[in-house]
Amino acid sequence: MSEIFSPVAVPATKPAQVASEGAITRAVLIGIAVAFLALFLVLPLFAVFTQALSKGIGAFLDAFREPDAWSAIRLTLTVAAIAVPFNVVFGLAASWAIAKFEFPGKSLLITLIDLPFSVSPVVSGMIYVLLFGSQGLFGSWLIDHGIQILFALPGIVLATVFVTFPFVARELIPLMQEQGTAEEEAALTLGASGLHAFRTVTLPNIRWGLLYSVLLCNARAMGEFGAVSVVSGHIRGLTNTIPLHVEILYNEYNFVAAFAVASLLAALALITLVLKSFLEWRFAGELAHGRAH
Amino acid sequence: MVRAVGLSLWVGAGLLACALPAAAETALLNVSYDPTRELYRDINAAFAEEWKAKTGEAITVRASHGGSGAQARTVIDGVDADVVTLGIPSDIDAIAKLTHKIPEDWRSKLPNTATPYTSTVVFLVRKGNPKGVKDWADLVKPDVKVITPNPKTSAGGRWNFLAAWGYAYNQDKDAAKADAFVGQVYKNVPVLDTGARGSTVTFAQRGLGDVLPTWENEAYLVLQEFGADKFDIVSPPSSIYAEPPVALVAANAERKGTTKAAQAYLDFLYTDRAQAIFAKHHYRPIKREAAAQADLAQLPEIKLFKIEDLQGSWDEIQKRNFDAGGLFDRLSRAGR
Amino acid sequence: MVETPRPKSPLLRSFRRPSVIPGFGISFGYTLTCLGLIVLLPLAGLVVKASGLGLSGIWEVATDPRVASALRISFGVSALAALVASAFGFLVAWVLTRYRFPGRKLVDAAVDLPFALPTAVAGIALASLYAPDGLLGSALARLGIQAAYTPVGIFIAMVFIGLPFAVRTVQPLIAEIDKEIEEASATLGATRLATLTKVVLPPLIPAVLTGFALAFARGVGEYGSIIFIAGNLPYVSEIAPLLIVIKLSEFDYGGAAAIATIMLGISFLTLLAINLIQAWSRRRFGYV
Repeated sequence: MSEIFSPVAVPATKPAQVASEGAITRAVLIGIAVAFLALFLVLPLFAVFTQALSKGIGAFLDAFREPDAWSAIRLTLTVAAIAVPFNVVFGLAASWAIAKFEFPGKSLLITLIDLPFSVSPVVSGMIYVLLFGSQGLFGSWLIDHGIQILFALPGIVLATVFVTFPFVARELIPLMQEQGTAEEEAALTLGASGLHAFRTVTLPNIRWGLLYSVLLCNARAMGEFGAVSVVSGHIRGLTNTIPLHVEILYNEYNFVAAFAVASLLAALALITLVLKSFLEWRFAGELAHGRAH
Repeated sequence: MVRAVGLSLWVGAGLLACALPAAAETALLNVSYDPTRELYRDINAAFAEEWKAKTGEAITVRASHGGSGAQARTVIDGVDADVVTLGIPSDIDAIAKLTHKIPEDWRSKLPNTATPYTSTVVFLVRKGNPKGVKDWADLVKPDVKVITPNPKTSAGGRWNFLAAWGYAYNQDKDAAKADAFVGQVYKNVPVLDTGARGSTVTFAQRGLGDVLPTWENEAYLVLQEFGADKFDIVSPPSSIYAEPPVALVAANAERKGTTKAAQAYLDFLYTDRAQAIFAKHHYRPIKREAAAQADLAQLPEIKLFKIEDLQGSWDEIQKRNFDAGGLFDRLSRAGR
Repeated sequence: MVETPRPKSPLLRSFRRPSVIPGFGISFGYTLTCLGLIVLLPLAGLVVKASGLGLSGIWEVATDPRVASALRISFGVSALAALVASAFGFLVAWVLTRYRFPGRKLVDAAVDLPFALPTAVAGIALASLYAPDGLLGSALARLGIQAAYTPVGIFIAMVFIGLPFAVRTVQPLIAEIDKEIEEASATLGATRLATLTKVVLPPLIPAVLTGFALAFARGVGEYGSIIFIAGNLPYVSEIAPLLIVIKLSEFDYGGAAAIATIMLGISFLTLLAINLIQAWSRRRFGYV
């Protein structure tokens, strides 16, 4: 699955004439591809911004004068600030264990790390309800100890961590595999401690891949809707994240504000893509290649 | 390995630390249903004002809105609600039965079977009523498209369903015929949204359908929000007596030490001031004398029937119509 | 606390192949702990809840006509959407790697949009575009097609979220095709079409299949972007994740868990299939 996040190294050579399609075929194919992407991908994004600005910039800005909007932004930032570093630490540990060592059952482990990818967001939220809800497995214990997990920050963080769980690990595993263990072994032979070797040898080798995966992980963490909506409780000013706030505004017939807040997330998506493209362009050689596992 | 376990414990402890309740000023949480957003914004502000005047304490009332069933589910799963103000009695019954956080006899704890205001179902149609929808019987005409929310998830959807059934039953007191009539209505439904608000957006914003049977208050809100020049409200000659009830979530309030404030909040709903606010938002106050004449004038005479008189207790109503294998399930299976 | 095996313990030494690199114990232990706590324990809870119904109970839920129809819609439409996404994804990947044209980088970046754009935002944007009075909806309506609030709407949303998977799995492989083989094929007199179908395409099939499986798995589970644009009519346009939400609103936790378990099982099988495809392709072509 790592291919998804892997930038593509484009061969520098020009396509040879014999091994390519005619100019007309080429133009038609380009036309179809671009039109398809424009229709399916770009137009929805465009719609978000036009709707947001449909009543002018004043109405757009009004959406951000509401304290509820700010508490949603604050909550989303807090959740991302916990979930992303958690997944970075996990991703580093998992890729170190998987890429630098040989042990049986490795592909099963990778499949299990992948699992949250293909689990429906609704299910991702529901599993925590079944565990921590008052009717759930640990429900009565949590109530007895006065601990609130669902419908509060911890539940939202857990659901977000689950949904973004594979993001960092799956980018770093092929990257570390590709780089092998020779450099680390050399550093260790020269007397460096394990941690020192990790900091000075491994980390610099993977930093761009890491940054790249953090970007995508962050975008997903901030934008998750289905899973968070099941565990949030939708309490205004308390447990509403930005995507949930968008839904609330939409349901209050405040379409301009809904799209205005949505455009915040869309802008985040755009920035993510720009940074990502920049990283690909600048550090293509240091990022993982698709076929590396 | 020790450090690995230690690290995860540390992360776990961090999560727990966030989970521990933080001390703050008194705050109440009102878990409510979909169309009451605007209403409770006004009510909560008015209550906070009264509470401050009476006790000198500041109080915040937070609100949470969504489909009535989904909201009840969050309370069952542990949302710390002090009070619930839901769309239909069976949703509060479910909380009482599954959690015992609400006493089973909650309907007798407050006046008017714990219903501070009532409402009914009216029709919202496109300007000029091009399809000529006047009464429930018009909903089964083959060329009429009806937009209504899913009765499984939405209280408004359930009132619409029961209103159509009650209308048909009152024609010739034949339950089988009434069942068939409701089936006919749902054959004309092209979109089932999960909540009343979703249906309104589909009808008003997306331009789908010819008639939106909806809460009376919701119909007036649409005129306000989307423009009175686009829609008309048609009040059918007879409709359902809809009772959105309220209850104290006793166990939660006791644990949080908010029982006094929460009870005062519910009592406040029965005061003249709150009753006037209900009328202002196009709900039917139970104390008509407290409301402004102009507001009352907008609530026309409609012959209202109680579904309990036709189908029995709420347990039976819920079971007969909406539980798994109930009438709605049978109709949607037959109608596919 | 459990007895803690030190990295040099006999147990671990026999478990993994020896290496001078340190830190296997901590990184492997931490990985397993996180995986266990965040992913496996909650999923096990789900399966436990569903197993409360017993195997016959789960079977009963799965064969309930409404559930069966929702599963059919989710899986059927998703398969169709993944098919279309794979076809166009292949075309897009081909165009992006093989041809040079102005704005190529921009188009390349846009492919990832559905990854980064929150699903709820995508949902309301798609609904406003494809509604009968929307920009694309009104055009389609003139052709007699109603997109929003029908299974077509579900299809559109699923293509939207599945497309990047389809593109990004084949793109690196197209980039690495050995051009000399193509040229050799052309020199030996094969037509361009024959070269494409006989020489270029076969090694790409595993990647296309993987992309299809990923888009499919993602589409089956998708919720946020679909509910806004699907009509949510039982037996017509009601998807399985929505039915889970409905079951939860009905306080039917067992039923919700049963549907979720069925979907989880199929997700796992899909992932397994991907792994098998990749293993097969590694044997057959020497790379994934």
